[in-house]
Amino acid sequence: MSAENDKILTEITENDYKYGFVTEIETETIPKGLNEEVVRLISAKKQEPEWLLEFRLKAYRHWLTMKIPVWPHLKLPEIDFQDVIYYAAPRKTPKYSSLDEVDPELIDTFNRLGIPLEEQKHLAGVAVDAVMDSISVKTTFRETLAELGIIFCSFSEAVKEHPDLVRKFMGSVVPYTDNFFAALNSAVFSDGSFCYIPKGVRCPMELSTYFRINAANTGQFERTLIVADDDSYVSYLEGCTAPMRDENQLHAAIVEIVAHDNAEVKYSTVQNWYPGDKNGKGGIYNFVTKRGICKGDNSKISWTQVETGSAITWKYPSCILKGNNTIGEFYSVAVTNNHQQADTGTKMIHIGKNSRSTIISKGISAGKSQNSYRGLVKVLKGADKVRNFTQCDSLLLGDQCGAHTFPYLEVDNETAIIEHEATTSKIGEDQIFYCNQRGIDTETAIGLIINGYAKEVLNKLPMEFAVEAQKLLQISLEGSVG
Amino acid sequence: MTKIESLQHELVELYTNNLAEISSFDNPLMNNIRNSAFESFKQLGIPTRKTEAYKYTNLEPYLTGLEYQYDLSPLSLEVNLDDIFHCDIPELATQIALVLNGFYYRHNRPLNLPRGVILCGLAEASVKYPELVQKHYGKYADEKADSMAALTTMFAQDGVFLYVPENVVIETPIQIINVGYSIKNIRISRRNLIVLEDNARASVLFCDHTMCAKSFITNSLTEIFVGENANFDFVRLQNENSNSSQISNTFIYQKAGSVTTNNTLSLHGGLIRNNIFVKLDGENAASNTYGLFLADSEQHMSTYTYIHHAKPHCTSDQLVKGILDNMATGSFNGKIYVDNYAVKTSAYQRNNNILLSGTAKMNTKPQLEIYNDDVKCSHGATIGQLDTEALFYIRSRGIAYTEARQLLMYAFANEVISKIKLDALRERIIEMVDKRLRGELAACANCNIVHKN
Repeated sequence: MSAENDKILTEITENDYKYGFVTEIETETIPKGLNEEVVRLISAKKQEPEWLLEFRLKAYRHWLTMKIPVWPHLKLPEIDFQDVIYYAAPRKTPKYSSLDEVDPELIDTFNRLGIPLEEQKHLAGVAVDAVMDSISVKTTFRETLAELGIIFCSFSEAVKEHPDLVRKFMGSVVPYTDNFFAALNSAVFSDGSFCYIPKGVRCPMELSTYFRINAANTGQFERTLIVADDDSYVSYLEGCTAPMRDENQLHAAIVEIVAHDNAEVKYSTVQNWYPGDKNGKGGIYNFVTKRGICKGDNSKISWTQVETGSAITWKYPSCILKGNNTIGEFYSVAVTNNHQQADTGTKMIHIGKNSRSTIISKGISAGKSQNSYRGLVKVLKGADKVRNFTQCDSLLLGDQCGAHTFPYLEVDNETAIIEHEATTSKIGEDQIFYCNQRGIDTETAIGLIINGYAKEVLNKLPMEFAVEAQKLLQISLEGSVG
Repeated sequence: MTKIESLQHELVELYTNNLAEISSFDNPLMNNIRNSAFESFKQLGIPTRKTEAYKYTNLEPYLTGLEYQYDLSPLSLEVNLDDIFHCDIPELATQIALVLNGFYYRHNRPLNLPRGVILCGLAEASVKYPELVQKHYGKYADEKADSMAALTTMFAQDGVFLYVPENVVIETPIQIINVGYSIKNIRISRRNLIVLEDNARASVLFCDHTMCAKSFITNSLTEIFVGENANFDFVRLQNENSNSSQISNTFIYQKAGSVTTNNTLSLHGGLIRNNIFVKLDGENAASNTYGLFLADSEQHMSTYTYIHHAKPHCTSDQLVKGILDNMATGSFNGKIYVDNYAVKTSAYQRNNNILLSGTAKMNTKPQLEIYNDDVKCSHGATIGQLDTEALFYIRSRGIAYTEARQLLMYAFANEVISKIKLDALRERIIEMVDKRLRGELAACANCNIVHKN
């Protein structure tokens, strides 16, 4: 009996990472390391056209000239880029007409993740493009979307079926020369999602991709491209969980969004990759370049992110507000615990007249973690009547964590109104006391307070996500209060 | 080789070739740390846009535009300063000391100071009171923090030394007037050392002037030690001609219970860069840093602050405001750094800016770096214009547009000015700022100091 009790206790107290398991699927990998041959090999394996190989090679050659950035407020361990496997794909390339044919283990994985593929269709009303180790396994709701003219498929399919679109927009927002990790991704990207919303179409459902890193020692380099044509609307979700691993995994993704006249794109992320254990061992290194361009007038791009996972997060979803009357938004909750490090924020580049941007960033740091907000608001000379409001708050739990704010405001136009405010403080002792007094234990009380604190951002998430995100916040902070 | 690189090369050579002469001025203690500063300077180099702290300050056009010389010995030209210089702010009885081209002026009138207070040239002090200077000199400045500070230390031969012993209160403010006067374009380097022992109290007014139309590049470094429960107040009035550049580094070190307040008012000058480093190294210490800059034509005014909370229960307050017109550029780069142990810290930082023209440019970077949970820190920054509704309201009451604008700008600036504690000085500064905002010369009425714009 006591042994069983102990077991339960251990299970509860070591509630580290709920989604830590490895699915045993045969994966096809190529040898470790990166060189021109590997880039060619990846391209060949994916049967890519010549122009894409050229793009990859150009990116690779440029990457060789670049150095890993040192400006973030992160302690980066030495990353050996030759010790990473740059390609892994499930060996049985699945081409199924029904779910029954899909590898049962895979279905099981999804079930444990809480995304039953077969129920998804009926219940959630969400089309899921599940990326498992770089290759799209199953795309649902394709037909429903196709009727409206919406293209939602894996990146490699898009390359084959819609090469003109891909060629026109790929690299137009994040060129391969952009930064170290963007160059790396451009050279070796394995797969990703592609989404095109035609003129005047309002996408009837939330498009969603679940990324999942699997197979030990493989970094994942996916690429997402969303193009919203004139007067269209789309809401896109991205959520992630990854299996528990001891070795650090590298992740360098690119997300590009193009919004034409009057288009609106809403991009939401819940990121919950393995953050490493209590001693800072393991965990995902997450270096993501996300950028959207409001190309046409009156367009709008909105980023919402809940970041709770990864050992290291380096991520700045940005908006280039090129058209007139464009709107850029950034809502973020970043939670760090134990030894996690996050340097995240946004860039709002105002080029068009009357462009507006809002930045709401909520950082929560606990344990021995370091959480930084880094943001840029830039107003170019021709951008008249720009309005920006930035608020970044940091909440500190525990006396060994750090919270930092590094905003950059560059204004070159006298009609701009730019406001920035930031606060850093401890969780309110009086609030915890108030909850305790009403019989709520401290841990639950903190969960409540955190959720209240982050509500402004969570409210921006689509409903299904908001529920998941709330739970995540609580789970990530478990054990952080002594 | 870029212009900056060749300038650096030139300065390194100048230093190596003239080390004997630089060191010959009576200042053994100052010579001791010259070489380590030289090493730091060689290592760091002159800051460029790639240096994070100078991201928004491009020194190149100001430092390399003209030929400059170093005056390695005090100006031999005997000027009767009384003839050209009277500072008679009504009711402001100050004790005046003059510093000419970085050297403490030989013919300063003897001052009436309380017993034990020392005010003299730093070189003189290092000979007369070696143990006192030794104890503090070079202890608070960090040449590695800023290469321009290192450059100052390399070439500085003199400056002001002020010592206030325990429990001594100096009632009348001390006014230190830094004057640039030369027949050629020169570089000036000076190091000041101010020491307030426990429970001491003093206030100092620094006025930076140029007395001729020549160009000056002034590198100054001031170290300030404030003992337990001591109170130090200083106002800096920067009023140099617009072809001069000034880069100042101020290092303030505070013990428990001490309070410092500094107001920096930048009115005229081509390039003004003020770096302020504060270390609160005792419980219950408080630091107030205020600044106002008014920039037009092609001026660049930049403020950099680094407030380090190293002990619990300290407070800091920062307020920097700027008005920019024409082609002026400005930058604010402030950081609050809270140590792991500095619990119950309360820190506040604010930067507000007004852009009056489409060609003016402002960059601001307020930062918080906090390694502790028991703190209250906040910062805010705004960049905007004069409130059009307020402007309309005033005009609808029959006040002319220019006057209404003037009123609003003045109201904006007043928040900083009102923090100056010396009443008489505040009144005079209000007048100067008012004139400055109207585009008139802002020199004091009774000074014959030339401001060539």
